[in-house]
Amino acid sequence: MTLTKLRGRARSDKIFVTFAEAVADIQDGSTVIIGHFGGPGGMPMLLLRALRDHGARDLTIVGNTAGIGVVFGAKRDALRIDPGVLVENGQVSKAIVSYPIAPGASQPNPLEEGFKAGTIDIEMNPQGILAERIRAGGAGIPAFWSPVGVGTVVSEGKETRTIDGKEYILEHAIKGDFALVRAHKADKAGNLVYRGNMRHFNVTSATAARVTIVEVDEIVELGELDPDKIITPGIYVNRIVCRPKQFRGK
Amino acid sequence: MFRLDREAIALRVAREFRDGDVVNLGIGIPTLAANYIPEGRTVWFHTENGAVGFGGSPPEGEEDIHMTNAGGGFVTALPGMSIFDTVEAFTIVRGGYLDITVLGAMQVSEKGDLANWLRPGRLIGGIGGAMDIVAGAKRVIAAMEHTDKKGTPKIVRECTSPLTAVGCVDMIVTDMAVIEVGEGGLTLVEHAPSLSVEDIQSVTDASLRVSPDLREMEL
Repeated sequence: MTLTKLRGRARSDKIFVTFAEAVADIQDGSTVIIGHFGGPGGMPMLLLRALRDHGARDLTIVGNTAGIGVVFGAKRDALRIDPGVLVENGQVSKAIVSYPIAPGASQPNPLEEGFKAGTIDIEMNPQGILAERIRAGGAGIPAFWSPVGVGTVVSEGKETRTIDGKEYILEHAIKGDFALVRAHKADKAGNLVYRGNMRHFNVTSATAARVTIVEVDEIVELGELDPDKIITPGIYVNRIVCRPKQFRGK
Repeated sequence: MFRLDREAIALRVAREFRDGDVVNLGIGIPTLAANYIPEGRTVWFHTENGAVGFGGSPPEGEEDIHMTNAGGGFVTALPGMSIFDTVEAFTIVRGGYLDITVLGAMQVSEKGDLANWLRPGRLIGGIGGAMDIVAGAKRVIAAMEHTDKKGTPKIVRECTSPLTAVGCVDMIVTDMAVIEVGEGGLTLVEHAPSLSVEDIQSVTDASLRVSPDLREMEL
């Protein structure tokens, strides 16, 4: 790896100074899990922007949305970046998603256009099952029997089994090459705490990739986070990048 | 023909909430039901992005992008609120801890099949948490207009839109009626003021049995 790391002051090989460095080795064809829900809360926006600028192509993105065309729940001064920036930039060839449209939107978004043109493959998931597939990927469970979506498009082409008189669908785990995650604070070991309800897909996404990259508002010394309040153990986290002052909390 | 407005549908739906229920509301008419919780009852609202026990919107200027519901609306923390991640939000759902869900619907069939995720003419839609929630909730209420904008019945013999789930709906509350879904089909239990059984059946594709206790919707 040729990436430069912050030395001296930080003395943590997990801390990266710039967002560009943190995503520099994401190669064409990578599977990238994007921890987010849909709105700006808990969205790794600066990592997404860096990945767009980096330009890796033929990506499989995994997450609740693939960008929803409008950023809802945004305050006027908030950043407005979602996974749609990768789709619009032609970097995505497959999207494993649950809610890839904007609520109530009548116009197709770039993902739908790409699907129609045959350049993007879409794999639709029930939301809780998507979260569970990522969880399974992180937890070493290759597949599981799901009660969700029986008799719908979700069950098409999948194995089924009747257990105690009820039908279930076999759902497979998802693992990523990279996970982009948003948290509130990290310590230098990569232990994470969150704020408000920004945990959604971030907590589970952090467990399921070969390289987990986290965007935070603040990096603190070891011992400054109460071990009892840590939600994501640092052993899952490979890289931490701190937002510049003007973007913290946004 | 007389029709209730969206607020009245929401008000009728909210009468179904019992004290202490854990409730998930879908986007649209269902969301409005939060405004009509019967007095003296505490309802715990659940959201897919990871919380139980959130309250209404904060005053302008106090919104926090890290405190929203699944639809992106700003919420506040009520005493007793708990926050977790989406894996846990659906552990609650599939584990059987969600008492009621209220969802909008494009179509509901006489067997209780629900179609609510793909709009006609579109290639992709938002499945979101609806499939998980209707598979896990103890009780599923569809809250919707009785017909679509062109007057086409939405309560049908067979759904033509892609299904969200098979046989999941327990009750349908519309701008014309309250209908219960059971083993033997649909039973009309309440009608909106001034509407007759014939009025309601004339805009319902599925056939309705009439409850011996048929009454006017209490609003």
